[in-house]
Amino acid sequence: MVDYTPTEMMTVSASRALKNDDVCFVGIGMPSAACNLARLTHAPELTLIYESGTIGTKPDVLPLSIGDGELCETAVNTVPVPEMFRYWLQGGKISVGFLGAAQLDKYGNINTTVIGDYDNPKVRLPGGGGAPEIATSCGEVFLVMKQTKRGFVEKIDFITSLGHGTGGNDRASYGVDTKGPSRLITDLCIMEPHPVGKQFIVTSIHPGVTREDIIANTGWTVEFADEIAQTPVPDANELQILRDLHARTAKAHEGQQ
Amino acid sequence: MVARFMSLKDAVSSCIKDGDTVSMEGFTHLIPHAAGHEVIRQGIKDLTLIRMTPDMIYDQLIGAGCAKKLVFSWGGNPGVGSLHRLREAIQDGWPHKLEIEEHSHAAMANAYDAGAAGLPCAVFKGYRGAELPRVNKNIKFIECPFTGERLAAVPAIRPDVTVVHAQKANKKGDVLFEGIVGVQKEAVLAAKKSIITVEEIVDNFDDVPYNAVMLPNWAVTAIVEVPGGAHPSYAQGYYKRDNAFYKAWDTIAKDRDSFSAWINEHVMNGGPEDFAAKRDANKG
Repeated sequence: MVDYTPTEMMTVSASRALKNDDVCFVGIGMPSAACNLARLTHAPELTLIYESGTIGTKPDVLPLSIGDGELCETAVNTVPVPEMFRYWLQGGKISVGFLGAAQLDKYGNINTTVIGDYDNPKVRLPGGGGAPEIATSCGEVFLVMKQTKRGFVEKIDFITSLGHGTGGNDRASYGVDTKGPSRLITDLCIMEPHPVGKQFIVTSIHPGVTREDIIANTGWTVEFADEIAQTPVPDANELQILRDLHARTAKAHEGQQ
Repeated sequence: MVARFMSLKDAVSSCIKDGDTVSMEGFTHLIPHAAGHEVIRQGIKDLTLIRMTPDMIYDQLIGAGCAKKLVFSWGGNPGVGSLHRLREAIQDGWPHKLEIEEHSHAAMANAYDAGAAGLPCAVFKGYRGAELPRVNKNIKFIECPFTGERLAAVPAIRPDVTVVHAQKANKKGDVLFEGIVGVQKEAVLAAKKSIITVEEIVDNFDDVPYNAVMLPNWAVTAIVEVPGGAHPSYAQGYYKRDNAFYKAWDTIAKDRDSFSAWINEHVMNGGPEDFAAKRDANKG
């Protein structure tokens, strides 16, 4: 039995969602770690795209920003930012968008803008960046986020990026024909949208986690699938590669003055 | 009119005045920090600042009181956290109230493109199901006259002045960008005037690939040689991003007094010549 942390469990599970032939628009932070882990393990041909314009990048360390120099140096090509958003994203060339959130609802609608009222915010967050269009233009969206009652809420304070809207066919009513959030990977479980209602339901629970743990860390009424899998644990190889990646990253980012 | 080589002090004082709309671009890469410091040193006020990712450079300008309004699409310290000066300006009105106009990256990239292309607005598939159109009156929807598809529209960005940093100019004043080129070309071509700081001025561009990103000298107003002028951002081929300083900024900017002390020491009592040492420290 290999020891691992809940965060490692989440990152490894998220990485496994990606396929070798995916073209993935990578959000910074947790998505970036998962996407690069996938590339370094089961999906070596996975195409990673960062919004700075770097296409097919293969960084040796995780970038601190979406535009670190190594992303460009190791990319197949680097294009101007308007081209990135117009031709590659809006043009429908990207199969998966991998995003995180500050607040999420059960339909996978994302808030990264404000906590509280927009004009008089309790906490001003960075904002949408690329996410509003990543969420609608990529073939599907994977979400990765630590599960807490504060983050997983019944009603988000601001809809920065569309998930399944109010559920059912609401997403399509905006003229959006992409799948939207198809998987939510947390440090406790994996959720997938209900085929009709589109609300997230728990389909796989990580080893050692109980249903009560999930309920206690979710602000909406949790639904469980009829058949629930146990998420496979990270294997020794995945953990080693992930830890090496984090160690190289920490060294690289601290090494400068 | 052909680009003029100038000192940073003269370029800023001749191109930027109180109340102007100014865009300082550079998508993580090639951010014109030295020029931003010069704007603070000259005490220019009431600026409408435009930038897709108002990271540290605008945190400094906003905290120093230069900005009246911010037009942006992502305001944070990438990979680190919040911009404390931006956040305090929005949440508490310090040092004074800041008006914001918030977009998505796709909207701003399209709006710069439209500005460069001489169009009044940009049209794109955007903001579908998103809430920003509720709080930003500069986001509208139009119907495609051919298909009836509902599309987002935002006004073109047309700054009074765009400020960017590039790797090189040649002696004629043509400018070369390499690496992550962001929206710099579009931002310069969309603006009435432009200031471009460069790492170095070389004799000629005879060895430059045919498709390099270039701005000819007649499309640029002022060129200033400032080695290291993007630090703590970076210039591909010259020095790396100073990620350790981006992390340190989180602590410096968290507190009004430590922020003001830093500005006083490094900006008010500093100058563009200080940046060369920062470049040397981040080579490799």
